[in-house]
Amino acid sequence: MSRIEKIFAALERPALITFITAGDPDYETSVEILLQLPEGGADIIELGMPFSDPMADGPVIQAASQRALAADGDMKQTLKMVQQFRGKNDETPIVLMGYFNPVMVYGVQQFAQDATASGVDGVILVDLPPEEDGELQEAAKENGLDIIRLITPTTDEQRLKTLLNGASGFLYYVSITGVTGAAKADMSKLKPHIEQIKKHTDLPIAIGFGIKTPDDAVQMGQIGDGVVVGSAIVQTIANTDKNEAAQAVTAQVKALSEGL
Amino acid sequence: MKANSYKNQPDENGHFGPYGGRYVAETLMPLILQVEEAWNAAKADQSFWDEFEELARDYIGRPSPLYFAKSTTEHCAKGNKGAKIYFKRDELNHTGAHKINHCIGQVLLARRMGKTRIIAETGAGQHGVATATVCALFDIPCVIFMGTTDIERQAPNVFRMKLLGAEVRAVESGSGTLKDAMNEALRDWVTNVHDTYYLIGTVAGPHPYPAMVRDFQSVIGKELREQMMEREGRLPDSLVACIGGGSNAMGLFHPFLDDADIKLIGVEAGGHGVDTDEHAASLTGGSPGVLHGMQSYFLQDSDGQIQEAHSISAGLDYPGIGPEHAWLFDEKRVEYVSVTDDEALEAFQLCTKLEGIIPALEPSHAFAHVLKIAPDLPKDHILVMNMCGRGDKDIFTVAEKLGVKI
Repeated sequence: MSRIEKIFAALERPALITFITAGDPDYETSVEILLQLPEGGADIIELGMPFSDPMADGPVIQAASQRALAADGDMKQTLKMVQQFRGKNDETPIVLMGYFNPVMVYGVQQFAQDATASGVDGVILVDLPPEEDGELQEAAKENGLDIIRLITPTTDEQRLKTLLNGASGFLYYVSITGVTGAAKADMSKLKPHIEQIKKHTDLPIAIGFGIKTPDDAVQMGQIGDGVVVGSAIVQTIANTDKNEAAQAVTAQVKALSEGL
Repeated sequence: MKANSYKNQPDENGHFGPYGGRYVAETLMPLILQVEEAWNAAKADQSFWDEFEELARDYIGRPSPLYFAKSTTEHCAKGNKGAKIYFKRDELNHTGAHKINHCIGQVLLARRMGKTRIIAETGAGQHGVATATVCALFDIPCVIFMGTTDIERQAPNVFRMKLLGAEVRAVESGSGTLKDAMNEALRDWVTNVHDTYYLIGTVAGPHPYPAMVRDFQSVIGKELREQMMEREGRLPDSLVACIGGGSNAMGLFHPFLDDADIKLIGVEAGGHGVDTDEHAASLTGGSPGVLHGMQSYFLQDSDGQIQEAHSISAGLDYPGIGPEHAWLFDEKRVEYVSVTDDEALEAFQLCTKLEGIIPALEPSHAFAHVLKIAPDLPKDHILVMNMCGRGDKDIFTVAEKLGVKI
């Protein structure tokens, strides 16, 4: 059983999935935040790979990428962070999230190998649809890395089949048509779509985009197997002095976790 | 192995060799597939092309003239050498550049698809003006994304867009240029996916845009073939065009790709020099990557972070290039060279004095390269340069560079 399978099997509540950008605002602070996320109650961690042109992200996560890059963040450093985390935590799954270009330039094969060796469990690439991910699929399979696919409000049944073919770990349901950190989803539309998807797959479904408060998390947790909180946490990092960032994030994650 | 034909690309998934494809957020995928379906249907529908051709003739003013540039030819003559130089006058189009060709085509497609709102990105503002123009013509609300740096250096075009009824949205992220405007347009599109058509301004973006924009722009090369046969009784020997994203060059080159004897030359913006950090030459100074929905060549560092481009010309100030150019570069079917800011500025002034034509800074790059190569070519060598835009919009930039206050 993979770390991701284990966590979903063990949990009796929706999984709390927290997102931070690797190296934001700098390497040391980011490692400290990462290490404390599980203490706060994070069940799975999404670690953003900084990118210069994050066109699926809103202003909050765009700024995080820029802070990380300004502090010399890169793929090597992101992987080193995971390695360091694994030295202290062997249970909490880590999923890398970002854009394809830094992976392509690193080398798809090499990336799959090095990410797995560092202790990464899965990868979400927002601009790499199934039509273009053949090479990564193969490399991921060889290394036991999960490819986590995105399902969106625009996904119809035919498209769903394409997306499910090759999906593993869990599914990431993008609850709104928009960028990260935007408005909250409309529950009345979300629920029937998620129920529809469940008919076609046994994979857990995590809901993300627009979930900011413990109340949002509870509400989305009623229909999803997991909830993703990203921009709200990243905003805390942006607003807090870096010496206090880990503490502030841990408190925020604790509040999110306790509601679930 | 050499391709049997250079004209049957892309494949069904939009690949030109390894380049092109569809690298977009999943939210956009169904829509991108719809655009492709609508485009395939339109392409096969004669009534679509009838409408396009009528507007091309009566609204754009096509065909654009083929002009024998006598003074430039004489200027470049050296003893018994010096090519015979023609300009394809796409700067005479309505709105002053070739961009209107694909805007007319795409707005007709958007209408067929029942889209009620149009967004576009712009660098120099020519594509923004052309988009705002066709949206005024068809009474469709339109939002143009433009970087703050570009808004500053292309003020006349910003005002033009506003007069035409477009909303110009300033993009502050990144370097405030074309790439950032495109990121922001994509963010808008993913948010307004249900009613909005993204009218991409060059042969870039996810499939089917590179092929579709090329097909609309190919009117340039097709007209040239006919005009040249009529004028000289034969096809030209070489074609020269400037390249940012590559739409005017692709439109000029595509109908000639399989004429192996015809030399095709694309001129990239060399900024302060391709050996410096400040240029916009994605092919001669970049490497393969993925951005804005496509695999192609980009200016980037060893970690895959996209670098800021630099060019005196806002229209060429983009760190990527259309995927078909990337493929033609690898295949060596087209020769790609670069010209610096200073060379373009000098060419701008020379063209204005020699021909009485104020060229845009974009084709000034092509003209600078023509000045370099024409003197060594034989007298019977026919060279055609695409004069893809006029320079009215650039006079402020040029005046500033020359230290003139206006």
